[in-house]
Amino acid sequence: MNKAAQGFSSQRLGWIDAALLVAALLVWWIWPLYLPLAVNVIVMIILVMALDLAMGWGGIDALGHAAFFGIGAYAAANFALHVTQEPFIGLLFGALVAAVLGLVSGLAVLRARGLTQIMLTLTVATLMLELANSLKSLTNGDDGLIGYKIAPVFGIFEFSLRNSTAYWYALGVLVVVYLLCRWIVNSPFGLSIRGMRENPIRMRVLGVPVTRRLLLLYTLSAAFAGVAGALSAQVTLAVGLDSLAFVISANAAIMLILGGAGTLYGAFFGAILFVVVSDRAAALDPSNWLLGLGVLLILMVRFAPDGVYGLLRRFSKKDG
Amino acid sequence: MSDLLTTLATLTFNGFVFGAILFLISAGLTITLGLMRMLNLAHCAIAMVGGYLAWLLTTRIGLNFYVAVPMAVLGTMALGYLLERTVYQWVYPASELGQVLITIGLTFIIVSLANLAFGGQIQEVRVPDGLRGQVKLGTLNVSAYRLFLLGVSALVVVGLWLGLERTDFGARLRATVDNRSMASCVGINVDRLLSITFALGCGLAALGGAMGSQLLPLEPYYGIKYLVLVLIVVSVGGLGSLKGSAIAAVLLGVIDTLGRYYVPSIGGFVLYGVVLIILLIRPQGLMGRA
Repeated sequence: MNKAAQGFSSQRLGWIDAALLVAALLVWWIWPLYLPLAVNVIVMIILVMALDLAMGWGGIDALGHAAFFGIGAYAAANFALHVTQEPFIGLLFGALVAAVLGLVSGLAVLRARGLTQIMLTLTVATLMLELANSLKSLTNGDDGLIGYKIAPVFGIFEFSLRNSTAYWYALGVLVVVYLLCRWIVNSPFGLSIRGMRENPIRMRVLGVPVTRRLLLLYTLSAAFAGVAGALSAQVTLAVGLDSLAFVISANAAIMLILGGAGTLYGAFFGAILFVVVSDRAAALDPSNWLLGLGVLLILMVRFAPDGVYGLLRRFSKKDG
Repeated sequence: MSDLLTTLATLTFNGFVFGAILFLISAGLTITLGLMRMLNLAHCAIAMVGGYLAWLLTTRIGLNFYVAVPMAVLGTMALGYLLERTVYQWVYPASELGQVLITIGLTFIIVSLANLAFGGQIQEVRVPDGLRGQVKLGTLNVSAYRLFLLGVSALVVVGLWLGLERTDFGARLRATVDNRSMASCVGINVDRLLSITFALGCGLAALGGAMGSQLLPLEPYYGIKYLVLVLIVVSVGGLGSLKGSAIAAVLLGVIDTLGRYYVPSIGGFVLYGVVLIILLIRPQGLMGRA
């Protein structure tokens, strides 16, 4: 494959997309008991994909996406409590609120680079956590927000523990988010974002409004992270302060690197690997799985810095 | 003095002590950041190692506090040196994000090892008998141990300043911070300098971890729990600036202590709000070079 073709290869849906879809069907067919875990994986895939937009494609060092995830979750839960239980509108509302936070905090975050940027995103997330802790009327503080209901999808498919509505609903949301993200990164806007990641000064000289575009990208990324949070609130019917915790931001970054940043596919591989392995490991030995994760992280960065997707690409290149 | 003023003065004193501990822990991180351009997220876990070592030496082996803490510091420095020679050789060439992930991985390993070795319960290094109780400081009644902490931290600050400004080693270190390749051109053994400095930073962190266990109690998740706070001190102070870190640590310590007392309903919000404002006005930190 020559370089130009390689650059545009992310525009075509390929065998990886097909394999992922088949895997999604297989999960439903073979392991119905694991559907709640699969829903969890899907939520994380969306969050990691949102982070990939900002970090992998835009080169923004973000370690605070829990802010958008959590605020999206609280927004969706409050929306269901006070306005309407319609799931899709709730999802959009979660995205909107997270996008507003992304826009406002982006004005601050994008002024810095490197470590300061990481610290600013981290500070915004911690601020949100403290804010949620003090606004007890909206968040119910430490006890968490529960007791809201979500209306059936399309008015037909009811959410219940006995059926797989949550899984199909989440999968549908994931497909839409994935296609949107693909469209974004392959649009002229997405190409200019890639240019800014590689050489911001040159892009500025070329007349590209760098800061404004990065702000738009950050807002979009926040909106998708908000979708992930809202989805999680809708399918689990509970939102706690842990949805805003540093652990969420850190895990999302870990998943992104495990999977491979700047590829969109990395979100799938990273989230599936991380959530499934940590679930299995936590079931086997809850206290020591962190040890394994630590070793895995170190070896991964050392020997496969471009993640699982990078490994796959390397192997497929050897074959072809 | 009226009650109101006494309370304010006591709180400010406690804030200073908290700041002093934060400074001890973050000093090493500031130096490695300025010197090696490396974000070492495992630094707080290394402080925890120092704390656990001191706890082990005092409670299990029954050593005197004044012997145990220096031994814990030396032990942690040895560990730091060892780690720098091995795992950190993988950290240096990695990208910024890669560095974050490797050192987070290292933190996870230390955290789970601590969990295995010491269990999940909260531990505290025993304060020596001579430092229990209160002492009178003017009209104020303050904890003797906290006063001792403040004194030791002040000695460390003076020692660091003298070491950096008045010794040969300090001059070499400053030269390397300013221009690493030039420094190695004039015959400074940069690799060795890095190893020693890294170990020294670990030692300071261990001192903070061992002596500050009253304020930041030891537990396996110490290395993750207080990491954000330490990172905030470093970035507010300005990367690589010890003076900045000292100012930021004391400032944040005082603000946090006062905020939690006077407006408990929004407690931590005050601290992070101030941090956000400072970073907005000066993204490079208080003392950082733009």
